[in-house]
Amino acid sequence: MLREIRPAIVLLLVLTAITGLAYPLAMTAIAGAIFPAQAQGSLIEKDGKVVGSALIGQEFKDDKYFHGRPSATVAPDPNDSTKTVPAPYNAANSGGSNLGPTSKALADRLKEDVDKLRGENPNAAVPVDLVTTSASGLDPDISPEAAQFQVPRVAKARNVPEDQVKQLVASNTQGRLLGLIGEPRVNVLALNLALDRATK
Amino acid sequence: MTMIGWLQIILYCVIIVALAKPLGWYMTRVFNGERTFMSPVLRPIEAGIYWFSGVDEKREQHWLTYTVAMLLFHVGGFLIIYGVMRLQDVLPFNPAGQSAVAADLSFNTAISFITNTNWQNYGGESTISYLVQMLGLTHQNFLSAATGIALAVALIRGFSRASMRTVGNFWVDVTRCTLYVLLPICVVYTLFLVWQGIPQTLGDYVEATTLEGAKQTIAVGPVASQVAIKMLGTNGGGFFNANAAHPFENPTALSNFVQMLSIFALGAALTNVFGRMVGNQRQGWAILSVMGVLFLAGVAITYWAEANGTSTLHALGLTGGNMEGKELRFGIVASSLFAVITTAASCGAVNAMHDSFTALGGMIPLINMQLGEIIVGGVGAGLYGMLLFVVLAIFVAGLMVGRTPEYVGKKIEAREVKMAMLAILVLPLMYLGWTAVGVVYPAAVASMANAGPHGFTEVLYAFTSATGNNGSAFAGLTGNTFFYNLTLASAMFVGRFFMIIPAMAIAGSLAAKKSIPPSAGTLPTTGGLFVGLVVGVILIIGGLTFFPALALGPIVEHLAMNAGQVF
Repeated sequence: MLREIRPAIVLLLVLTAITGLAYPLAMTAIAGAIFPAQAQGSLIEKDGKVVGSALIGQEFKDDKYFHGRPSATVAPDPNDSTKTVPAPYNAANSGGSNLGPTSKALADRLKEDVDKLRGENPNAAVPVDLVTTSASGLDPDISPEAAQFQVPRVAKARNVPEDQVKQLVASNTQGRLLGLIGEPRVNVLALNLALDRATK
Repeated sequence: MTMIGWLQIILYCVIIVALAKPLGWYMTRVFNGERTFMSPVLRPIEAGIYWFSGVDEKREQHWLTYTVAMLLFHVGGFLIIYGVMRLQDVLPFNPAGQSAVAADLSFNTAISFITNTNWQNYGGESTISYLVQMLGLTHQNFLSAATGIALAVALIRGFSRASMRTVGNFWVDVTRCTLYVLLPICVVYTLFLVWQGIPQTLGDYVEATTLEGAKQTIAVGPVASQVAIKMLGTNGGGFFNANAAHPFENPTALSNFVQMLSIFALGAALTNVFGRMVGNQRQGWAILSVMGVLFLAGVAITYWAEANGTSTLHALGLTGGNMEGKELRFGIVASSLFAVITTAASCGAVNAMHDSFTALGGMIPLINMQLGEIIVGGVGAGLYGMLLFVVLAIFVAGLMVGRTPEYVGKKIEAREVKMAMLAILVLPLMYLGWTAVGVVYPAAVASMANAGPHGFTEVLYAFTSATGNNGSAFAGLTGNTFFYNLTLASAMFVGRFFMIIPAMAIAGSLAAKKSIPPSAGTLPTTGGLFVGLVVGVILIIGGLTFFPALALGPIVEHLAMNAGQVF
């Protein structure tokens, strides 16, 4: 058995160097050369400043923007480091609500959000994705129904015809891959950027 | 449930079955030491590694030596992870300035990664540096996966050899698996993932100013290279806290589909390797069929439960299924499918929060793990787990007809059955025992995030996941406490090694036996009767073990939910 000790140490170190250093570092160099935009995080710049990532949702509260899904991410409480405070769309600490199907906290939150949305647009059914938090808290997308639901509010806030906003939603809707894989969706940040460009 | 949803599920299964044969062919050649199309490039590197580390590739090992080599390898892996985590603040590649990780969390994480569990008590982007991600976690993702495959191959050799004292050379199996199987696939896979949008950079976290003028810090890093092996090696430990739900770990519907394929690909192919090595590929297909039956039953239940939603959603008139804790780009079907796959295999990556699943939808992942992750399973671990159940099923069949049971030409006798039972019994002892402690010990009770039966399920899920070396979680549970760091580590340790050592003992004892030709009294192990028998034994043994615990958790929660009760 003693002759197994040298391979146990040397082979481990060699394989660690290959898989733990050479492989990730080589992949970083190659990926950065072939797909530089994605490798850096698919960042979107506007007037030379980074406004976010095409893949990461961000918080929208203003009536003139489409809103994303609720986010359950948190940040450390600045007053007490053992506690956390809500910090929606915190892209340095992803996570979900983890509330279960029989959670009273979840039932209360859902009721409050549904009531608020019904007040905003009484003419359409509330889409389920607009009141449920995503798994990462950074979901960049909403469903086409959730975008349509917000059209009257956005059009009113921007003082433009609803049809124009509807067209923007339609042109920013992505379908399923090959008509089969995934779900139809609207990227909220892309839609809002398009909105800003179209209705300045 | 929709037609398009079911088409996605069917397409997935078709591709997995189609991949099993070519991958199995390739892997068989690799583990038989034959030339492959990669040899011109890799053979010199391989030979150099053996020369440098003092490995004699011609010398095979007795099962005990093989097992000791494996254990020594784990000790070294543990020390590396523990070391870099404790020292990350003074080591390079730490642009976010993470401080040293606490001792209990480092201990838990090191055990978690060497056992191929990859339970995340650490927060990923908020806790550990790029160096730990690469040197600590990415490297062990490779090696724990290679170890699992090596052990499965050793057990297969036990079945396929006759009258031999050795089962292969651990160092050679691990090196060949890493060089010829895992690394080449991961290089291509990483580039695919970056193309889909996963970052691969050593740069700082990005500071963005949102359209509404708020500051947003966006965590990035060398993500793609880790995600590739985390999926392919059924490791599942995330770069980020939200794991494969994070848009940077799983940006598109296509990346999600391919990630699901990569969880099952090697495990399913190993059944084909088994068939090829014992000389009849139909033996492999029979095992894959057992896995397929159990898998599709699980998918159907979870998909139905999640599409159906909860009574809270119904009461508010919300339709479209249970979207709490799910990402929109995956929706109900890809989230349900992923959850069943990740727990059927011992992957443990999640693309949705299992804690927010419906009671029955979340019960299937729990059952998958409690069965021992034998439905395709972790790379290697799934096959040897399944073979333990096969040994048991063959034994039960032998009892029914009063003959000494045989399987692929080997007599199954008392020693094999005892070892199989030891492995199968020790797992429930861990997860049921620790759960019992976890629901009464005050410091542990405080970790539950949900009240009522759901809180119990959180604890049961944690210990089941740890024992099964899965690593997925009902993530509401606060796992980073002294109690959970230590108890979960013990569950992971026992769950891994008390499965491996009996399996290796069986390998050794089978390899030493003579091979006997099938006779008129031999139970054919390639047909529907055999598949039904194994499925039956798995469900009866599994069901008897954990049904009472399920009744206290998800089943009672489902009934409470239907009665409109909240906690």
